[in-house]
Amino acid sequence: MKPTGWTRLFGAAALSFGLTGAALAQSTVKVGALYPLSGVAASAGAYAKAAVEVALDIINNDHPELGDLTLAKGTGLPGLGGAKVEAVFADNQGSPAAGQNQAIRLITEEKVVAINGAYQSGITLTASAAAERYGIPFLTSESVAASLTERGFKWFFRTTPIASDFARIYMGFLKDMKAKGAKVDSIAIVHENTEFGTSIASVVSATFKANGLNVAQDIPYSANTTDVQSQVLQLKDKKPDVVLFVSYTSDAILYAKTMKSLDYRPQIMMADDAGFNDPAFIAAVGEIVQGVFNRASWVIGPPGSGTYLVNEMFKKKSGADLDDTSARVLQGFLVLVDAINRAGSTEPAKIQAALRATDLKPNQLLLGFKGVKFDEKGQNILASALVMQLRDGKNYVPVWPKDQATAEAVLPYKGW
Amino acid sequence: MSLTLVQVIAGGLLLGAVYALFSSGLTLIWGMMNVINFAHGDFVMLGMYVAFLVWTLMGAGPAAAVPIAALVLATLGIVCYFALIRHVMRGPMLAQILGTFGLALLLRYSALWYFGANFRTLPENLVGGTLQFGTIRIESSRLLAGVVALLVTAGLHLILTRTALGSRMLAVAEDAAAAELMGIRPDRMQATAWALAAGATGIAGALIANFFYVAPTVGETLGLVAFVTVALGGFGSVPGALVAGLLIGVVESVSAYAIGAVYKDIVVYALFVLALWLRPQGLLGKA
Repeated sequence: MKPTGWTRLFGAAALSFGLTGAALAQSTVKVGALYPLSGVAASAGAYAKAAVEVALDIINNDHPELGDLTLAKGTGLPGLGGAKVEAVFADNQGSPAAGQNQAIRLITEEKVVAINGAYQSGITLTASAAAERYGIPFLTSESVAASLTERGFKWFFRTTPIASDFARIYMGFLKDMKAKGAKVDSIAIVHENTEFGTSIASVVSATFKANGLNVAQDIPYSANTTDVQSQVLQLKDKKPDVVLFVSYTSDAILYAKTMKSLDYRPQIMMADDAGFNDPAFIAAVGEIVQGVFNRASWVIGPPGSGTYLVNEMFKKKSGADLDDTSARVLQGFLVLVDAINRAGSTEPAKIQAALRATDLKPNQLLLGFKGVKFDEKGQNILASALVMQLRDGKNYVPVWPKDQATAEAVLPYKGW
Repeated sequence: MSLTLVQVIAGGLLLGAVYALFSSGLTLIWGMMNVINFAHGDFVMLGMYVAFLVWTLMGAGPAAAVPIAALVLATLGIVCYFALIRHVMRGPMLAQILGTFGLALLLRYSALWYFGANFRTLPENLVGGTLQFGTIRIESSRLLAGVVALLVTAGLHLILTRTALGSRMLAVAEDAAAAELMGIRPDRMQATAWALAAGATGIAGALIANFFYVAPTVGETLGLVAFVTVALGGFGSVPGALVAGLLIGVVESVSAYAIGAVYKDIVVYALFVLALWLRPQGLLGKA
């Protein structure tokens, strides 16, 4: 039978319908979320996952109550005709090799347009190298090792403040404490020995030394350890005035318990986020590390504020308050999706260009950053952090710098 | 300084006793059946969760947790034997390795699913705080674990060497077919071995939970030490696991204190390789 005019018309209609169908099917944008969902950092990974899910809720549903926060108003991505965002979660298993394989899987099989991740600096290092090779934007919201942005990568972006920022903050804080009469003559740095701990320790101790603070003791250790008694005894021998811990969660718990059992309390005890900020850590041993100082970019804020409401959303999902690391994950994911929205396209090169053009103001953000703007290395130059102190074994309250503090720093370290 | 060293050694001995405690089950399974149980660390993990549940649901400490964990894990050991081990033992060595390895992952990810990834801890003073001898401080929870480690080791050793049950189990280990001709049921003996080993592991977990964190992945952290302890002590030797555990604990503590925490594993494994080079059957193993 020869095709008649009608069948041709039908054919054309069917064809065009098919095309629209395809266009509609494309209207979800897939973004990879690479986190440690198993392995020793799995609790941090589970909270990171919950944070990304809250970010998706903020993006995909209408949230006028969150004010100027990016993508809160309206549903989906206006720049892509209201397309919804879907996160494809992948488990880095706490291993750099697995992290890289999962990044490749996300790119080649899941066809994600960009990747957010991967918590541990050592894994972000390998996973982002894969993304660079495939030309897919990789944004880390929480990995802080300085070396990550020193590799000349074109597809790598980082929203979080980094070691040099923290070093400046700690120094300013300690100098203020000294002015108030505290002894800060000798400092010990206890750090886990992968990319995260090593790089922070070296930047912090270089900054301290350059500014006349004496780093008397440097104690590296492996985070996957069964016992930390010897390290605590080394501290007890030398009696430094200030101890700074750079630790993940399981090791932080062991330090807290061992310090109590060996009755060791430095004058000032500080921690560099990560383990000491994990809600699991605070629930487990918060009662015996009262008065520890920590850095954070996130404050829950007064009831009714946007940050308070986001915290409520997170709490409903995870059962815990939004901690600093997860808050940075949430923020980073929003920054990444905001760039996809402004790119108006799922083409990696356009997303990369949009990321480069990012210029977010404090009122559009969840964290206390001065904004988000990337330099040529991909580092957010407007990132910042505060010093918090753990009170009552439950809540971190901002104590420094003065203009953002809601409470006075209390010395000496109380412990239990 | 010297007093600190005493503290370091005391801590090392207590740590070593714990290593010995959770390794005894592993070595028993090997001695009885020539099976390496890769799920061993995850059995310890389950013992820890039993203690955690006993505390959250009943508010009870180790006095209740230890027997309950021993019973629960012994039952699990029997179930594992009949459901999995008995079958894979008929296959090649590789099937046994992969079988128990699969069991390890099954247990670990089941715990991850059920309990979540969170780190839990039992209350600090469930076992009466910290004891002080002069300037030496010892957590009573660790001391309890150390004492029980000695008792469990002695108990297992006595069962194996001084009872009819032990003789029957050893007969099956020696030659299952001959034992069967003598009227011993190999299946029953091997299931008993699994119950004993898993039960001891449950006791270990319930005691370790008092001073360690509880998490689904804790078996990974503890499992490796268990294998080293068993290999050093001599596969199948319960007293060997005790000696090796104490040795590793002290070497670890002293080297971490004297040289640095990042070097302690190097020292431990260097000594381990050296010891096996000189005595491949392990310290107390039979050649």
